[in-house]
Amino acid sequence: MARIIIPTPLRKFTSNQAKFETEGKTVSEAILALTTSYGNLKQHLVDDEGKLRSFVRVYLGDEDINVLQKEATPIEKDSIISIIPAIAGGIA
Amino acid sequence: MAELIIEQEVLAVMEQDAINAFPNECCGFFFGKEEGESRLVLEVLPVENTKEGDQRRRFKIEPESYMRAERHALSRGLDLLGIYHSHPLHPAIPSEHDRSQAMPWFSYIILSVEENAIVDLTSWQLNNSREFEKETIKQL
Repeated sequence: MARIIIPTPLRKFTSNQAKFETEGKTVSEAILALTTSYGNLKQHLVDDEGKLRSFVRVYLGDEDINVLQKEATPIEKDSIISIIPAIAGGIA
Repeated sequence: MAELIIEQEVLAVMEQDAINAFPNECCGFFFGKEEGESRLVLEVLPVENTKEGDQRRRFKIEPESYMRAERHALSRGLDLLGIYHSHPLHPAIPSEHDRSQAMPWFSYIILSVEENAIVDLTSWQLNNSREFEKETIKQL
């Protein structure tokens, strides 16, 4: 099964689990399976329309899914999907 | 209120990073242990501010740097506790931009910095309503 790596700040919503295994066939299906299993995680990952939030990046292996097929990117049984917070801020 | 306990050497690295980067914003990660309401900060990892445009008002950390920080935490047996950044010539109070980009659980340290001097140091954490609450800071 493909594996999703949960970043540290979101692990309090996954019972402290750092990894989640999924049989999803696309990134979108994998994220849906994750947020279905851990409902409180949903608001931090996707908006009301189910789209990934702007400050959340998703990598398949070492590649940003935005340079692949975005949420429709197909995944394999041995795929590793990393959820990465986009870290930014500043005075204004 | 959550409490952040920072080792002096760790704080010195953050402060020097803020002074060196002035008038631009600096940024980095810090690591340690969480025990109840207290977080002990033991290590710091300054990273490059990759914001294109005005780095005096904004910072950005690349996803690759973030992944490296997660791996560092794992290899050291520590928690990735949060992010620090500086506010050159501005108060150590999070902006709306800071809040909108913030992740839950992380501590966000802000250093107010002038040329060659740290003016103030604060730390913040999002609550369940996605509003920042101030954390107390103690130095070891």
